Amino acid sequence: MPESKEKEIKTGVFICHCGSNIAGYLDMEALDEYTQTLPNVTFVQQNLYSCSEGGINEIKKAIKEQDLNRVVVSSCSPRTHEPLFRSSCEEAGLNPYLFEMANIRDQCSWVHMQQREDGTAKAKDLIRMGVAKAALLEPQESIMSQVKTRALVIGGGLAGITASTALAKRGYEVVLVEKEKNLGGMLNKLNKLGPTMTDAGELIEEKIKEVTNNDKITVFTGARVAVVQGFIGKFDAEIETESGKKNIDIGVILVATGGRNFVPEGLYDYDGKRVVTQLELEQLLKKGLDPDIKNVVMIQCVGSRNEERPYCSRICCQTAVKNAMLIKDQIPDARVSILYRDMQMYGVENEEMFRDSKAKGIRYMHYDPDQPPQVESEQVRVYHSLLGREMELPADLVVLSTPLVAQEDAETTSQLLRVPIDENRFFLEGHVKLKPLDFATDGIYLCGSARFPANIREVIAQGLGAASRASIPMSKGSVVVEPIISVLSDEDACRGCGLCVALCPYSALEIRRTEKGRKVHVIDVACKGCGVCASTCYQHALSINSYTSEQIEAQIDAFLEET
Amino acid sequence: MLDVGRHPNIELLAYSDIEKVEGEQGDFTVTVRRKRRYVEEDKCTGCGACAEKCPATVPDAFEENQGNRSAVYSYFAQGIPSTHTIDADYCRQLQGKKCGICKKVCQADAINFEQEDRIITLSVGAIIIAVGYDVFDPSQIPEYRFRELPNVVTAMEFERLLSASGPTHGHLDRPSDRAVVAEIKALEKKAKRSQKTLDRFEKKHDQASADVYEKYRKGQYQDDEDRKKWADKYAEHLAVMEPLETMQKQAESFTVAKRLAFIQCVGSRDFRFYPFCSGYCCMHSIKEAVIAHEHETETTSAIFGMDIRAVSKGFEEYKIRGGNNSNITYVRGRVSEIIGGADHNPVVIYEDTQQRQVKEEEFDMAILATACAPTKGMVELAKTFGVELDEYNFIKTSSLAPVDTSVPGIFVCGCAESPMDVPESVAQASSAAERAAETVIQSTLEKEKAVA
Repeated sequence: MPESKEKEIKTGVFICHCGSNIAGYLDMEALDEYTQTLPNVTFVQQNLYSCSEGGINEIKKAIKEQDLNRVVVSSCSPRTHEPLFRSSCEEAGLNPYLFEMANIRDQCSWVHMQQREDGTAKAKDLIRMGVAKAALLEPQESIMSQVKTRALVIGGGLAGITASTALAKRGYEVVLVEKEKNLGGMLNKLNKLGPTMTDAGELIEEKIKEVTNNDKITVFTGARVAVVQGFIGKFDAEIETESGKKNIDIGVILVATGGRNFVPEGLYDYDGKRVVTQLELEQLLKKGLDPDIKNVVMIQCVGSRNEERPYCSRICCQTAVKNAMLIKDQIPDARVSILYRDMQMYGVENEEMFRDSKAKGIRYMHYDPDQPPQVESEQVRVYHSLLGREMELPADLVVLSTPLVAQEDAETTSQLLRVPIDENRFFLEGHVKLKPLDFATDGIYLCGSARFPANIREVIAQGLGAASRASIPMSKGSVVVEPIISVLSDEDACRGCGLCVALCPYSALEIRRTEKGRKVHVIDVACKGCGVCASTCYQHALSINSYTSEQIEAQIDAFLEET
Repeated sequence: MLDVGRHPNIELLAYSDIEKVEGEQGDFTVTVRRKRRYVEEDKCTGCGACAEKCPATVPDAFEENQGNRSAVYSYFAQGIPSTHTIDADYCRQLQGKKCGICKKVCQADAINFEQEDRIITLSVGAIIIAVGYDVFDPSQIPEYRFRELPNVVTAMEFERLLSASGPTHGHLDRPSDRAVVAEIKALEKKAKRSQKTLDRFEKKHDQASADVYEKYRKGQYQDDEDRKKWADKYAEHLAVMEPLETMQKQAESFTVAKRLAFIQCVGSRDFRFYPFCSGYCCMHSIKEAVIAHEHETETTSAIFGMDIRAVSKGFEEYKIRGGNNSNITYVRGRVSEIIGGADHNPVVIYEDTQQRQVKEEEFDMAILATACAPTKGMVELAKTFGVELDEYNFIKTSSLAPVDTSVPGIFVCGCAESPMDVPESVAQASSAAERAAETVIQSTLEKEKAVA
């Protein structure tokens, strides 16, 4: 038992008025009087604003003068000021985890503005519960772990290259692993890049040079990451190269594995010759089109926005428009028609390109997915939904716009790193809106088409962005974690079943073999204290610091007490 | 926002303008004007007691002027910092009248009517511009009759109506109905006052007002000044009561808006205004239609657009779900005109391009998906920073250096660069942070080299 338990418990309760936010709606004197009657409470004080400099000084003074060893502030939500009150306790020499908050504003005075009596009674309940829990609180120490300043970047396409170069510029070592023989990824197969019509080959050559000429970046091509263990700051990776296995230790991992083009076998008479994909057209354009080609028909959404692949692949419309214009550049009298469902030319640059293409004479026809175009031997037949009649378009070349799909090994990578993939097998970021480049697991980041199809501008932005995210723990040199985490409080009870390991959303648990058999081990820096493991453990072997069963039960008992 | 407010490495200078930028990457000197709030930042706890007692009424810009706030205010409840500000244009004290209530109620003694602007200079290595965008003003489009028809609103106004913390607490009360309800309240106040006066007369003379009025009209009481006044007051009262009763009857039939029309590409993909696509509006229309349906399951929505551009992760799936579960119909075509119908209902005229017919359809409300316009003052801002703008006044970048402006060491992210949605803005913010960090580190290394 910690020493604090041996000592007599002296709880100081600070009741905040929050100006009139609390005092205007609750009976403060009644709260004060009542609180003095609670067990272990040796000091009660009202503050106009507990969070103000004056309020904080009063709390600090009381801790010292009254020899308090527990502090309860009954005021607002922990979201607003818990960190402030905790650090104030620490400054006064009290362990910051011997602090508890009772939310009598957001969850009481604000919602019961018209019910002074009931609101005051509820505030009494809340304070009593806080005091009861505080008595059982135990001191905790923050957890710190060093971070190795070396990054592993998986995938050597434009996203991975951009991220690697950025990290190197910041002074970090980078290990870049590419499964193909050459760096460059999808860019190696492309011709010109929209909307600037930059030569893909030249661009990637220049970008590869930046990587290979940089002594901070170690490149492994024809290699794969076979094993990854550890956690933020201390990952161990085993890389399989042609010349054997290499073990490296790294601090952070970036996933930049890209996507691949869907091959439309069996759709629209696809044969790779007269009926090709946009990706194959890129090669034809690079070599120079057969000048006899006079009529080209492109079909959008081939293999996407359907039941099997419900998503819109974002970049195929812009690719089609760009390639249509490049066809016109090579064969000015060619007739190019694009059959579409929605032209996804979002933003400034794309819409501009869309307009330019119309000025160049590219024709656009809307088709309904219920009446898809028919590819015939010399023409494409399509029901033109705006004209309300069927059209026959002569076609020397038919180009199918197929979606970018997840890599075949996406699932393997996902298991390797214990990070999730979505229903379309793209990697799933930590939060679709607010954390687009992070995984939920600390220390692992995401960029480029491994996340979702992205164009050149977006890939570069995400590569830079992921580098920025990854640089944060490395620039700090260490990670400091709040000690409100899961602990194996009853080792004998743990049967090593692994249920908690499977459920942990942060990969913070692992099974280890010990002298007592298989036991769960909490990787404390990775744990976020969410409590999923503790609440599902059949054996009650795990518990969460500052939220132990005893503490929560004490709160509930206090609530149910007759007053 | 809370993270920004609390991070030890971030100094937040809200309510401030950039006056001058000098120097070069690695060594900029920036002059900042910290505008006076008339509230001292280090004292204000953001408790809001001042705003509660302030007697001034000001249209609330955060609610898109659909509600009111006081003259001392915080822009919105969760705003960081929570420091309040006095709007000098509306503050009675600062306008030379007698007031100062806020100063009296502020227990933190933070109100300072004598506060002045402060000029400070910052020495920084890199700069990131993230000034965002403005909502396009649709009153420039005559055929949509924005403001002329009360129930034609912008998506941003609609967003506030949908919000539980907004002016209608999330109920889709129509602006035309809200105007009537406000008028009823004003008249009720008047009627209450005149009724009080009449009550006094009735008590004094022990006679009914109607009786006095009737007799006065028939020529009686010509010499009775008191009753003459009484009769005049009664006439005034009737003049209030008549329209009040009509309106009250009218208000009984008010219901929330249930037939919604969302009009896409308002000001964007339009050669008269902005030819570009604003990128995010298709999705916010779908989202608003889905939420409206969550509030009231009878709600039906029609989204009128040339293309529905649901292009990011999960967006196409969301669009399909909206159609299947939230009574949303997607109509392909641009709306040509909105006209007024019965009961203030907007009538949408459009070509159904699939059926090749011009149609008219009546709705309870029409919501305009307005373009993402470069923020006001962009030209001056560009001059201050020396950065180039594109033809629309967004900050110019290139696809190979997506967050670099034309000035080394100055970067941009979000809608200041071009229209984009939340995840893209967040990703770009990290990109700009990366470029800024690279700049600072490189210049520090160079300086160290120079010293060595």
